Amino acid sequence: MTAQNRPVLLTAARILGGEPQDVLLADGVIAKVAPAGSLEVPEGALVIDATDKVLLPGLVDLHTHLREPGREDAETVLTGTRAAALGGFTAVHAMANTTPVADTAGVVEQVWRLGNDAGWVDVFPVGAVSVGLAGEQLAELGAMASSAARVRVFSDDGKCVHDPVLMRRALEYVKAFDGVIAQHSQEPRLTDGSQMHEGVVSAEIGLRGWPAVAEEAIIARDVLLAEHVGSRLHVCHLSTAGSVEIVRWAKSRGLPVTAEVTPHHLVLTDELARGYDPVFKVNPPLRTAEDVEAVRAGLADGTIDIVATDHAPHPVEDKDCEWDAAAFGMTGLETALAVVQETMVETGRLTWEDVARVLSTNPARIGRVDDRHGRPVAEGEPANLTLVDPTVRRTVDPALQGTMSRNSPFAGRELPGQVVATFLRGRPTVLDGEALAPAGEPAPQGTIA
Amino acid sequence: MRHLLDARDLTRADAVQVLDTAAEMAATQSREIKKLPTLRGRTVVNLFFEDSTRTRISFETAAKRLSADVINFSAKGSSVSKGESLKDTALTLQAMGADGIVIRHHASGAPHLLAHAGWVDAAVVNAGDGTHQHPTQALLDAFTIRRHLADRGVAGSGEGFDARRGVGKDLAGLKVAIVGDVLHSRVARSNVQLLTTLGAEVTLVAPPTLVPVGVGTWPCTVSYDLDATLAERPDAVMMLRVQRERMSAAGGGYFPSPLEYSRLYGLDQRRLATLAEHAVIMHPGPMNRGLEISAQAADAARSVVVEQVSNGVAVRMAVLYLTLAGSGTAAPVPTSKELA
Ligand SMILES: [Zn+2]
Repeated sequence: MTAQNRPVLLTAARILGGEPQDVLLADGVIAKVAPAGSLEVPEGALVIDATDKVLLPGLVDLHTHLREPGREDAETVLTGTRAAALGGFTAVHAMANTTPVADTAGVVEQVWRLGNDAGWVDVFPVGAVSVGLAGEQLAELGAMASSAARVRVFSDDGKCVHDPVLMRRALEYVKAFDGVIAQHSQEPRLTDGSQMHEGVVSAEIGLRGWPAVAEEAIIARDVLLAEHVGSRLHVCHLSTAGSVEIVRWAKSRGLPVTAEVTPHHLVLTDELARGYDPVFKVNPPLRTAEDVEAVRAGLADGTIDIVATDHAPHPVEDKDCEWDAAAFGMTGLETALAVVQETMVETGRLTWEDVARVLSTNPARIGRVDDRHGRPVAEGEPANLTLVDPTVRRTVDPALQGTMSRNSPFAGRELPGQVVATFLRGRPTVLDGEALAPAGEPAPQGTIA
Repeated sequence: MRHLLDARDLTRADAVQVLDTAAEMAATQSREIKKLPTLRGRTVVNLFFEDSTRTRISFETAAKRLSADVINFSAKGSSVSKGESLKDTALTLQAMGADGIVIRHHASGAPHLLAHAGWVDAAVVNAGDGTHQHPTQALLDAFTIRRHLADRGVAGSGEGFDARRGVGKDLAGLKVAIVGDVLHSRVARSNVQLLTTLGAEVTLVAPPTLVPVGVGTWPCTVSYDLDATLAERPDAVMMLRVQRERMSAAGGGYFPSPLEYSRLYGLDQRRLATLAEHAVIMHPGPMNRGLEISAQAADAARSVVVEQVSNGVAVRMAVLYLTLAGSGTAAPVPTSKELA
């Protein structure tokens, strides 16, 4: 029996931060949950002392850039999913802005297979909304939905589906297979050449501004479109106080609108641009302290449904240059949970139960993978789990991360919490904080046709 | 002074020191032999990623008059996406043993990166970066204003060119209006910071489309009405160049027409007549005669535009001297005798 498939006994784990319980994983599922100290160690079982550690459902990222195919110098499906496992994830949604663009069944199936072969997490490809992300013509959404990758989330992320007619058609079309359009909300004309949040700091340091209204205007339009055609809308990485207000209003009307915030928008502000270090260049840009407070409040009160990383790896040369010339984006898979702990749990705004909701249950539901991920931590459920030691503090060192890229905005910063172990269908992908080479077992086919 | 990147890095004392040093430099320039041995054996590189013959020549003249070896490195054409990166260029200059790098770049923050990324040991002087800063322009503007106005009312002032007029003083109590495209202007940003550090009151005048969102925290007043600002009798009026391409920008441009712009924000003959008797007219050049400034205003006796250019050499000599010659801020202000 190898470490990969033998039973695992977690002793005295605090499920969702609750009372200590013993949890037995066997045959890919949670076989037993019982009061701490009451379970016998089965023969050959791997025993993990989970005292004072928090057991969460495996995290699900709705917004990951794995870069493959096309930019394997920044990340591959293998390295990106390894980073995800180290960050406590058991599933990621891989964004479509690859080269070639994931706008056909062929490309999404390729990414899906690469994910299966890597075996670190389940990879759910996101399909492009428009052919080549060009914003002109719908991609073959139906073919991607019925492919082996069974795509349910569609996004032109990196670009905004700007044409209101195309957006309307996309919202309507995906109703046929219960899909969702995940919009990167950025009015392109208002953000031509934009480099950072438009405000006090941009005025002073002379970088072209990216106004909050360019995000908010698109969200407002899309909310109204979604209401008109009765479709699901997901708002990617909202970043401004005004965006939170618009989504709050949409929810108060009972509309099927969901929203995400990134870890970096929960903590970092535009003040960081003053040093012109492009590691802080991201799209949407880092906003003001008032916006940070608004997205935290929105996440706490449920206006914002999920935290998604927008993990955006870039090779060194794309960040080791002038701000204007640098690429947008920052890595995030391996720091997401820590940032949520610091900004939301340690401030008393979210419980660990809430963390499971915003980092697992809700993203799994939005992505329609909630038959396998984002499940309750209970007997009979798939053993996709994350064990966290919230008492550890660690200093982020990008050179030690699983991602191939080094563009972490948290480099050198101390963050709380450490993912001790991650389990994908009962098999540890991470143990003692170290990635375990996976056996490469295939993921089961989807049960949703 | 290790580098000169941003006018905001200068305290009042720093700024006065630069201006006083510039005054000494200027005084030497009226002599027959203008060249000083101060930076003999030092290498100054003019690294220009953006065309600006005027600024390059000014720096080149300044460095040569201090006996430095000057290398002109024009990287224009190597756009950000292709060509040699700033990092590789910097490493090349480091290998060549540059003591000072004067950098002009289209990207805001490029001089900051060059100074702080660990690529070079050289002193870095910002000769204009994007829409961020142009600190030597602000210093030469301050120098020009001080020379003309800081001794106002003192007997004997106002006659001939006395480079040392105003030495030791700041600009306390003077009112300066800066008029034009503030949004895209590194000259405006640098001047707002430097002139207020020196005690002047600055008013920015522009159509609202050419004022940045976020200007509210700047230490100055913002006006959309040039006539109202001129009625407050500013001591200096600085007209900024309006680029013709602002007319054809996204959304149909920043203002309706050149005609409307000059009618509302141009320094025309009528406005020229309303200026206080002692007020000076400034422009960083090159001027668009007939757009932001009329020929009458540009050529008026009170126009100090040409003098700004010659003061630019003296100020840049001072900046190169202070960043390259001494051991930093402790370097004493040289007298013309010491410099000779
Ligand atoms: Zn995006």
